Amino acid sequence: MNFPILSSLILLPAVGALFLFFTRSNKENNITVKYVALFTSLVNFFLSIYLWILFDQSTSEFQFVEDRVWIKDLINYKVGIDGISILFIILTTFITPLCIISVNNSIKNRLIEFLIAILIMESFMIGVFCSLDLVVFYLFFEAGLIPMFLIIGIWGGTRRVYSAFKFFLFTLLGSVLMLIAIISIYWISGTTDVVQLYELGIDAKYQNLLWLAFFSSFAVKTPMWPVHTWLPDAHVEAPTAGSVLLAAILLKMAGYGFIRFSLGLFPIASEIFTPLIYTLSVVAIIFTSLIALMQEDMKKLIAYSSVAHMGFVTLGIFTIQQQGLEGSILQMISHGLVAAALFLCVGVVYDRMHSRLINTYGGIVSIIPKYSVLFMLFTLAALGLPGTSGFVGEFLILMGAFKENFLVAVIASLGVIIGAAYMLWLYKRVVFGKLVNSDLKQMVDLNKSELFILSCLAVPTLFFGFYPEPLINTIEVSISNLIKVYNFNLVSN
Amino acid sequence: MTNLALVFPEIFLSLSIMFLLILGVFKKNSSKLIQNISLIILLVTSVITLNETLGIKETLLFNSSVVIDYLSSFMKIVTLLAAFLVLVISSNYLKNLKIFKIEYPILILSSVLGMMIMISSNDLIVFYMGLELQSLALYVLATFNRDQLKSSEAGLKYFVLSALSSGLLLYGCSLIYGFTGSTNFNIIANQLNSNEYAITFGIVFILVGLAFKISAVPFHMWAPDVYEGSPTSVTLFFTMVPKIAALTVFIRFLYVPFLNLIDQWQMILIFLSIASMLFGAIAAIGQTNLKRLIAYSSIGHVGYTLAGVATGSNDGIQSSVIYITIYILMNLGLFSCLLMMKRNNKYFEDIEDLSGLSKNHPLMSLSLLVILFSLAGIPPLAGFFAKFYIFKSVLEQSMYFLAIVGLLSTVVAAFYYLRIIKIMYFDKEKEKYDTDHSLWLKFSLMFSTLLILIYFIFPSQLIEVVSRINII
Repeated sequence: MNFPILSSLILLPAVGALFLFFTRSNKENNITVKYVALFTSLVNFFLSIYLWILFDQSTSEFQFVEDRVWIKDLINYKVGIDGISILFIILTTFITPLCIISVNNSIKNRLIEFLIAILIMESFMIGVFCSLDLVVFYLFFEAGLIPMFLIIGIWGGTRRVYSAFKFFLFTLLGSVLMLIAIISIYWISGTTDVVQLYELGIDAKYQNLLWLAFFSSFAVKTPMWPVHTWLPDAHVEAPTAGSVLLAAILLKMAGYGFIRFSLGLFPIASEIFTPLIYTLSVVAIIFTSLIALMQEDMKKLIAYSSVAHMGFVTLGIFTIQQQGLEGSILQMISHGLVAAALFLCVGVVYDRMHSRLINTYGGIVSIIPKYSVLFMLFTLAALGLPGTSGFVGEFLILMGAFKENFLVAVIASLGVIIGAAYMLWLYKRVVFGKLVNSDLKQMVDLNKSELFILSCLAVPTLFFGFYPEPLINTIEVSISNLIKVYNFNLVSN
Repeated sequence: MTNLALVFPEIFLSLSIMFLLILGVFKKNSSKLIQNISLIILLVTSVITLNETLGIKETLLFNSSVVIDYLSSFMKIVTLLAAFLVLVISSNYLKNLKIFKIEYPILILSSVLGMMIMISSNDLIVFYMGLELQSLALYVLATFNRDQLKSSEAGLKYFVLSALSSGLLLYGCSLIYGFTGSTNFNIIANQLNSNEYAITFGIVFILVGLAFKISAVPFHMWAPDVYEGSPTSVTLFFTMVPKIAALTVFIRFLYVPFLNLIDQWQMILIFLSIASMLFGAIAAIGQTNLKRLIAYSSIGHVGYTLAGVATGSNDGIQSSVIYITIYILMNLGLFSCLLMMKRNNKYFEDIEDLSGLSKNHPLMSLSLLVILFSLAGIPPLAGFFAKFYIFKSVLEQSMYFLAIVGLLSTVVAAFYYLRIIKIMYFDKEKEKYDTDHSLWLKFSLMFSTLLILIYFIFPSQLIEVVSRINII
């Protein structure tokens, strides 16, 4: 491959953002500006689809690798993808245009800056998923804090300052330890190139500490219990598009990091700390599901449900079984679609009624039927009804977990039931019941763009629910290779 | 025969200072002329330094009391360019405060001369001479706005405390002279008897003096008051230029004569570094005045710079030099913004005055945003790379404690940088500021912001320049 397709994917949104930067903002060109951003992100989306077509599913080698000297004798700018990363890239490029379409009503002021922030964010997120050098990875991973901080802080709700600070400082605190680990790896192994590190392996006596340092960063970002507290705040205060990005993609960085780095680089430590992950995951699943049950605020409820879903993901990753890992990735993709859709659903009613409280609503099914149908679909997908993408992931994860640890799997399965409870109860309280609040009669049903966005999310949710084959085919070889290498390293040490 | 060409920059600078003094006496209303000539002199001196000394290998002059090597040449050029930028962006500020006088550029030139001597010194006496020359000029500069009570207070405070630290430093010098029989760095290195505890005392006293000059905790007390009281352009000078010279002396003093005693001084430096990083981060949180906040933030940054020096390796020195270079760049941008906060010829320096800046001055606040995130060390901005190199060299020596404390204090420090960003971007706007800034001010803001922003594209260049520094 001569054409640097991955770098183009990373750079294109940034170039679009640069273009927007030189555009003068006024009321008239708001539409044009949006089209520019939309166009950029759509081109990126089609480019990533093209990438998927070119992608060779039969090998676990990294493909489309670009390797350039970046800091001489120190770091190479190295990007490349395998079956694990490509799906996340597509998820990113798929969600971003939808975010841009969705800014219609919610963002009133400083539209250009908002679009710039989203595009820059997209660049960084794609960078995270395709970097094959630890320093490059860290660079993208951390850089994402800047646009997200601004998105929450400038366009957020009433407690936006608190939430933005909490988000930024929590994540930064976790990440600096990872930076120490990365530099230590450089001195231990002489390189930060992931591919070389896979081959070299890392000395067993360092693995535990390094694993913990990476864990501190990923656990905050995932987020795992008990460091999840930033997430509900950030979600509640962020504007709809920000919540969507946060839930759909940002959280996946950590899950991806666990697979790529924690399992890939530190197999011995991963084996040692598996019980820790199991415990935290199970606590997250049960505990945050129970918290979600008691929420009054829709966004907060969905935020807590995200924590619970990510608990399934971490559980699945550390089963280190083919099914568990595949399930985790599918669960992440599915959660990316479903959580994005749910936040958009909340955004839809919020734009009309300016309230996120559940008790404001009730009995809206006859007033806005289209909305109710789509909301229903995503609610069911979130609780993992067979036939939706949510089911496939959860099912595979639990299958993997049953092989590894019966007790954990049983408790996690209980979490599925609580998950169904809070989602259905949410739906019941919002959509069904008596129409108490007479203001709700003024609500209008989904407009064209909202309908379009939600349908765009509904199609893959259903499609991959019935036919997850394309996704599984893409990741299968990479996952089985990962497990093979993992077990080999475990035995050889 | 001593090769005078190598000290030609210093000779040229001192002759120019004398010429300017005479010119200032005989020509009325010559402040603008002298300002311009000084700028040219600084540029010419840096060109001479570049031409005459950058390429040559280590040379000792005047009975080996002066050393010219790559480190000294590089640091001199950085000093000269930094002084040039300070001088060029401060003229409007001085005019507005009605203190645009001939003394200002001349004092800056003489303190730069002192710094150049410090940077080249290979002898305790020469070093002390340079130090006093720069300090004397700095005392006067601090009081430059003499009708203002705060400015006079700043100068006096600085003078008294600085004199105390100079005394300690001299006492250290005398101890070292007493126990080694020489003031020359190379001879000291040869005569060193590591069993003599008095030498350790001497090192400690000198380190105290140096830590004072570079404002490292616990010898930082003067910095916030002096930074706040001095005119802003002088504060800019304080935060940028003297630190370069002090860092060079730190490096040379510790690594040339006393490398063998690294066990004795490494702990001290680690302590200075950790204390500065932590204190700078924590104390800045409560500040309301921007200049005070910058003072604490500069204390923190000095901590990171010293962490590189504490490693005892060439890599560490190089990373410190990179750090201070990038730090100067960021500070330049920061102060350019500060000098732009002017309404009806009145300057504002409280953090609250930045409120809602992003609505009224989007470009200025965007630059400030970039600079602040860079100061906080968030990738992909230049400040991150500066910290990255430092911690890379620190971890090379397996100094994990220092690295962990350092990186955790960046999280604390991030809080107060974020607070400024919050005020700029999330709060309600106030009245607009004037926009009639001089071209140079706009240029320096643009220049520093762009360099910080695009540094990640060309990170190798600076490393390559610095990698020729070779002390050990």
